[in-house]
Amino acid sequence: MALPISYNVRNVIQRPVSTLTTALGVGLTVAIFIGALALASGFRAALVSTGSADNVIVLRTGADSEISSGISRDASDVIRALPDVAPDPDGHPLVSPEVVVVITKQRLGQPGSSNVTVRGVDAVAMRLRDRVKIAEGRMFTPGTDEVIVGLRISRRFAGCGLGDHMRFGQREFTVVGLFTADGASFESEAWGDNAVLMPVFRGEVFQSVTFRMRDPSRFAAIKQVLEADPRLHVQAKLESAFYAEQSQTLASLIQFIGVFITLIMAVGAVFGAMNTMYAAVGARTREIATLLVLGFSPWSIMVSFMIESVFLSLIGGALGCVLALPINGISTGTTNFQSFSELAFAFQVTPAALLAGLAFSAAMGVVGGFLPALRAARQPLAAALRAT
Amino acid sequence: MNLLSLVLVNLGRNKRRTVLTLMSVTVALFLFCALGGVLDTLADAIKFGSESRLATRNAMGLVFPIPQAYRQRIAAVPGIRRIAVQNWFGGLDPANPHNFFFEFAVDPENFFPMYRSEIEIAEASPPQAQISLPADMDPKLAAFMTEQTACVVSEVLMKKMGWKLGQTITLQGTIYPGSWPFTIRATYRAISQAFGGSGMFFHFKYLEQKGMGGSGAVGVYKLELSHPEQAAEIAKQVDALFENSAASTHTETERAFAAGFVSMYGNIPFVLRVIGLAVAFAILLIAANTMVMAVRERTSEVGVMKTLGFEDSTIFGIVVTEAAVITLGGGVAGSLLAKYAIDTSHFNAGGAFPPMTVHWATVATGISVALVIGAVSGLIPAWQASRLRIVDALRRVE
Amino acid sequence: MSAIEVRDVYKEYQRDSQHIPVLSGLTFDVAPADFVALMGPSGSGKTTLLNLIGGIDQPSRGQIVVGGTDIAKLDGRKLAKWRSRNVGFIFQLYNLIPVLTALQNVELPLLLAKMSGKERLQRAKTALELVGLGDRLSHYPRQLSGGQEQRVAIARALVSDPAVLLADEPTGDLDRKSGEEILQLLERLNAEFKKTIVMVTHDPHAAERAHRMVHLDKGVLSN
Repeated sequence: MALPISYNVRNVIQRPVSTLTTALGVGLTVAIFIGALALASGFRAALVSTGSADNVIVLRTGADSEISSGISRDASDVIRALPDVAPDPDGHPLVSPEVVVVITKQRLGQPGSSNVTVRGVDAVAMRLRDRVKIAEGRMFTPGTDEVIVGLRISRRFAGCGLGDHMRFGQREFTVVGLFTADGASFESEAWGDNAVLMPVFRGEVFQSVTFRMRDPSRFAAIKQVLEADPRLHVQAKLESAFYAEQSQTLASLIQFIGVFITLIMAVGAVFGAMNTMYAAVGARTREIATLLVLGFSPWSIMVSFMIESVFLSLIGGALGCVLALPINGISTGTTNFQSFSELAFAFQVTPAALLAGLAFSAAMGVVGGFLPALRAARQPLAAALRAT
Repeated sequence: MNLLSLVLVNLGRNKRRTVLTLMSVTVALFLFCALGGVLDTLADAIKFGSESRLATRNAMGLVFPIPQAYRQRIAAVPGIRRIAVQNWFGGLDPANPHNFFFEFAVDPENFFPMYRSEIEIAEASPPQAQISLPADMDPKLAAFMTEQTACVVSEVLMKKMGWKLGQTITLQGTIYPGSWPFTIRATYRAISQAFGGSGMFFHFKYLEQKGMGGSGAVGVYKLELSHPEQAAEIAKQVDALFENSAASTHTETERAFAAGFVSMYGNIPFVLRVIGLAVAFAILLIAANTMVMAVRERTSEVGVMKTLGFEDSTIFGIVVTEAAVITLGGGVAGSLLAKYAIDTSHFNAGGAFPPMTVHWATVATGISVALVIGAVSGLIPAWQASRLRIVDALRRVE
Repeated sequence: MSAIEVRDVYKEYQRDSQHIPVLSGLTFDVAPADFVALMGPSGSGKTTLLNLIGGIDQPSRGQIVVGGTDIAKLDGRKLAKWRSRNVGFIFQLYNLIPVLTALQNVELPLLLAKMSGKERLQRAKTALELVGLGDRLSHYPRQLSGGQEQRVAIARALVSDPAVLLADEPTGDLDRKSGEEILQLLERLNAEFKKTIVMVTHDPHAAERAHRMVHLDKGVLSN
């Protein structure tokens, strides 16, 4: 015979203060857990959406990021001539050689500065990276001192808004457009015309060459051809793999911190839940004894209290979800020391994260409720009936 | 027996509850102090670098070089006693690709004398040839000075990587591609708190010849001042020299330069503080919950004590003290545990930071936070107990 | 002068919005060293009267003078102080603190008085020896029988040497034999130590041990 769930539900509701405080303790833990998941999600989304498995990015041998790489014009022409490079509808090869540098800019609203990636592109870059779209203003005119800035950067750094002027060296560039890129890391960059930026920055050298493959299944072969060519001294990677690598250290760090903090808070919350359940069991000693006398098995008593503990924790879990929801979409950013530039991204509270939060709270309820439930089931009958 | 022992006895009333509460407060305070430790470490990192030395870089960013021609013009600025070059190399040891350490290409006849109050040469190979060094250079650097591919490595790094004096290590360049062999001819140790991290120094000429085709592009100039209090004006003067040139410069104290790297972490300190607050709030809830339960069970006893003549305010004090004692115990345990665990871990993000530590001030803050929160969490049950009328208390039999 | 003078006392309770009168204009005297049994059916207000005399509740109207002090006029703090010196309570359910030993329980009221730890211990010991529990000092209430617990409670009531002892059904939870021991003890305290005792009881047997019996019914006295 199983105890009706309404018995547990009513009991939980009958102790509002104790229920609420325990639920809040669980809730805070769940909120932080979801927050950590949201941070990691947002971060991953920024990088995953950045690279495509249809594109190849070429860097100099040994370079561990775009800014430490260098590819000459000649080398870039060799790459353009490869038969594996896909053509655009007009027949031009979809190849984008790019100058990439990192400049120091003041943060907006916070003291200190950080590094912003500036990328020199040709018009083909927009076709190669089709998720990039102008959100406000317009694309820069090739050959002019105009730039477009990623939406995320325009909000986080001083002097990067529409109409503002950015100074590189001795030249002033006007921000004529703001662009989005589906959350990709390009949104943390400023883009200008290659031809104009090259002399300002590093001279006759590109930092990377990216192209679209005609047949993505041929990647391994393409890689071999490029890396074996004695004229080139390059390494080739799948664009998606490259960006995933770039974020590895930071992603692991974020994950580690998130897990560390959440685990510790969970331990505390479990202790709190245990306390509450022990008190509940203690207060209902005679009640439990009566149930046992009536014929309910100790097992059903135990299950009943476990359910109560889980129910209590789920309330906390729901509270935690509510607490965590507002952070969805909040932009933040930090310097990815691997690429040595700022990466801005937004917290992403996914349905999966919310579900994970609820499951986590239920798990805390199970762990916290186990010992008290065991105690309730094991209680000696006669003594219990006499107790006040 | 006295009032304090009454408090302690009450805590012993339900040992399991007291222990569980104590443990959750310990855990919460551990986290609070660990997070505080991260903030402490970041604060320490900001203190790297001297305030009486300047760093000059390309105003656009660190990835851009400064022409070598600037050197003479900077040297001419009154108040600058010495200039040294410090270029970031960015190499990896292929045998240990995840063990991060710095490598700087420097002009040793200027660099080492400039840093003699911060770096001390520990061990050195004997020189192969006779060579006369400038008067203010450590004579132990003789062997290093005679070989262009020689390097000086920090003692700490030597130990970590298992290298020996005289050994040739080969690094892979990321910015300057290829294999770069270096022979270890001396080791150094940092003798000042302000000098951070562990890594190696080698000859700028080597970098210039092998990696730059002889072009000699400088990343950072370090400037030693004869009058350190003039740092701000001299910095402005240096930058004014190149304001209208193709490569304009940005000069700041070495400390500000180092602090700039830390500021790249942006929001993180804020986020950590927010989490710390959440943790503190969670402690409050746990302790409050326990106190409410504990006091509710003692309603009739509270009535009896009042009957005996104990004042409402005394009862109030007893309950608040009980709450504070539990949280104090957890606070002390958690804070000390955090300091011990973190200080002994020597985690230093590969030399990017000083080794992680928790300042005693943070431990003290953690303990005080626990104490205050404990007292606050006891407020409501204490208030209820003090306001309880005797007749109601005695009538309530739970 | 009477040890206890209750003059025209009214007491009513409020439940929800209803006023329930319990005592209406009660007048009652107890002479020093008197031993009075207060009897009556449940709900008659006898416990209420006892609580008023003991200063653990306050009347809605009227005077209550105990040992020369009108306690109806005292505020909470002064009343607490007064209680600690002038009155000793004995309850039906003993109301000992379970986490304290017998000795500590008896010592408890002395924490409110100015005396050294040594003195407190000595006094508590003496009180416990007086009630015949000198060999049970470090026992906890759960290790004592009902009768022994009540004796500890009496020792506690005595330890600050109050003039008045108030007992609410002191033998209500005890078997015949233990109850008898308690009543004997109370008689002795009254005869030898001149304590004024007011005892609420519904047991006629217990009532017989008092000097006089007073009946209370619906808040009205009758002898």
